[in-house]
Amino acid sequence: MTLTPAAALEPAALGSSAPAAGEAIEGRSPWQLAWVRLRHDKVAVGSSIVIGAIVLLALFAPLIAHLVGHGPNEQFRTTGLSPQGIPVGPGSTFLFGTDDLGRDVLVRVIYGARISLLVGVVASGLAVVVGVIVGLTAGYFGGPVDSVLSRFMDVVLSLPYLVFAIALVSLLGPSLTISVAVIAFFSWASVGRIVRGQVLSIKEREFVEAARSVGASHLRIMFVDILPNVLAPTIVYATMLIPLSIVFESTLSFLGIGVLPPTATWGNMLSESIAYYRVAWWFVAFPGLALLITTMAFNLLGDSLRDALDPGGNRRFIGSEVKP
Amino acid sequence: MQLTDVVKHFPIGSGGLMRRAREHLRAVDGVSLEIRRGETIGLVGETGCGKSTLARCITRLYDLTSGTVSFAGQDISRLSARELRPYRQRMQMVFQDPYGSLNPRRRVGSIIADPFAANGLAKAAERKSKVLELMQLVGLNPEHYNRFPADFSGGQRQRIGLARALALRPELVVCDEPVSALDVSIQAQIINLLADLQVKLGLTYIFIAHDLSVVRHVCDRIAVMYLGRIVEVAETEELFRRPRHPYTQALLSAIPTPDPDLVNGADRVVLRGDPPSPINPPSGCRFHPRCPRAQGRCELEDPALGQPDPDDHNHAVACHFPVEDGEALAPGRQEQQ
Repeated sequence: MTLTPAAALEPAALGSSAPAAGEAIEGRSPWQLAWVRLRHDKVAVGSSIVIGAIVLLALFAPLIAHLVGHGPNEQFRTTGLSPQGIPVGPGSTFLFGTDDLGRDVLVRVIYGARISLLVGVVASGLAVVVGVIVGLTAGYFGGPVDSVLSRFMDVVLSLPYLVFAIALVSLLGPSLTISVAVIAFFSWASVGRIVRGQVLSIKEREFVEAARSVGASHLRIMFVDILPNVLAPTIVYATMLIPLSIVFESTLSFLGIGVLPPTATWGNMLSESIAYYRVAWWFVAFPGLALLITTMAFNLLGDSLRDALDPGGNRRFIGSEVKP
Repeated sequence: MQLTDVVKHFPIGSGGLMRRAREHLRAVDGVSLEIRRGETIGLVGETGCGKSTLARCITRLYDLTSGTVSFAGQDISRLSARELRPYRQRMQMVFQDPYGSLNPRRRVGSIIADPFAANGLAKAAERKSKVLELMQLVGLNPEHYNRFPADFSGGQRQRIGLARALALRPELVVCDEPVSALDVSIQAQIINLLADLQVKLGLTYIFIAHDLSVVRHVCDRIAVMYLGRIVEVAETEELFRRPRHPYTQALLSAIPTPDPDLVNGADRVVLRGDPPSPINPPSGCRFHPRCPRAQGRCELEDPALGQPDPDDHNHAVACHFPVEDGEALAPGRQEQQ
């Protein structure tokens, strides 16, 4: 080091945050602080456990099917249906009872979780990626770029999604891929709007000017300087988007334009069960409960994430936006 | 560095796809100024007079409406972002707000390394050693490399901003009110640091401030701005001793005196009213509605800022009736209105 340190000027102020002896001098990032807050939030921990359990069940669905001895699409016409052809209620062989075709509702609900989670996560993920890119571009560049992209988002948000989905499915035929595409297509615009709004305020901050003055490219400013600052609300929204997508998928399957039978999804199980709800409550109740519990867990987690990540939300806030 | 007739207008009420702005805010309206290598030039003026806008025109954070900015003989006012890069490295900016100018989500080390990363200079290991060196240079503990801006005080944050500005070894540093957001005691430290670094690294400063006592301490020359124009420019001591523009006089008389018994009551020049709107600036001399010396001619004719006179402490003033030596401004009359 050739330059004389000018440290003598302000020696006392350097240790102003006074780390305890032996403590490594490493700042805790806003993410780490959020993580600490999240770990102390009982609702967050609870909903995470529920989501974790659902994910595990979905992952090990074949194992459970094997343990129970009933395949998801296997029909048990003798044991699974009463002599009159009515579904059998919950009991020792069929814990959640059977459906109208004598299939095990428990195994089908667990298999349904696979579709729901897959669609929920993939569709939300796609929507978030597209929404972030479009919102970031619109907000950052502003002007005509913003006008065009924003109007496009308005158009997407104003489309009647069910009509659109039915039209698309009648053209291309129902499938899992189409469902995911339709859900992502109708979700990204709201992400884009949120991101755009955040970017509009963040790009006026001086650190963005500072980045420009050191010669950073547009892409670098967008993704290195601005994106980390819009990530928190985006993550919260993404968490809320997952249950929305799950419900969306169930809606499509319920209407018969989503995932096709015999593949079990909560939506088509509910659809099939309607005719039987008087005689076989379990046929309606268990897929419905699964849907309810899953969406609720994700929504509660989203709420907790908002509390933990949102600097304005303060509750023991130790973060960056507060001026001393 | 040479500024010639720099003009920056902001359109008002734009943003739509079809709409066209009808009005313009004339933030900077015809500024010419020469900045010499190695000097510190102060830009002073009240809030909204266009100091910061001028700074951003100089560093090309804003595109000029018209006029030219040339740096080391090269006109940089029309260069594209790509062509501008080598010049960006030679002139840097220190920002006013030590809270807003550092990205709260990034570690200090990576903020200071930003100039290297943005320009693809230096490999990771080299980058880190340079960052540590810079931190030491501006009086920060290099061990705080991994901390976040939130962990630092205002003065320390301003040092971080300074380290970032110095990373590419610029020749010119534009300081946009670098100390006005800080406590007085911290201000002195930062100003001393700036002075030390100027000697050590041979920097040229453009120092923007509204606190005249700070400017007097650090600047070789001072340019006084009013409503987007430079109204007077001179060497620091000359300007303080012999202010010739009525506005400069008013500014200087507003400097608080430390001793309450020595209030400069008799010499105090109090201006009427607020600065006019830069959207519709007054005709003629822009200062005439508030000027105690205004006459008919001031309303009609816009006074030009003459060439600085090298025999007279590089003094230049844009006024039809500049204040002569020893002349008072008849302040009493103004105060009663």
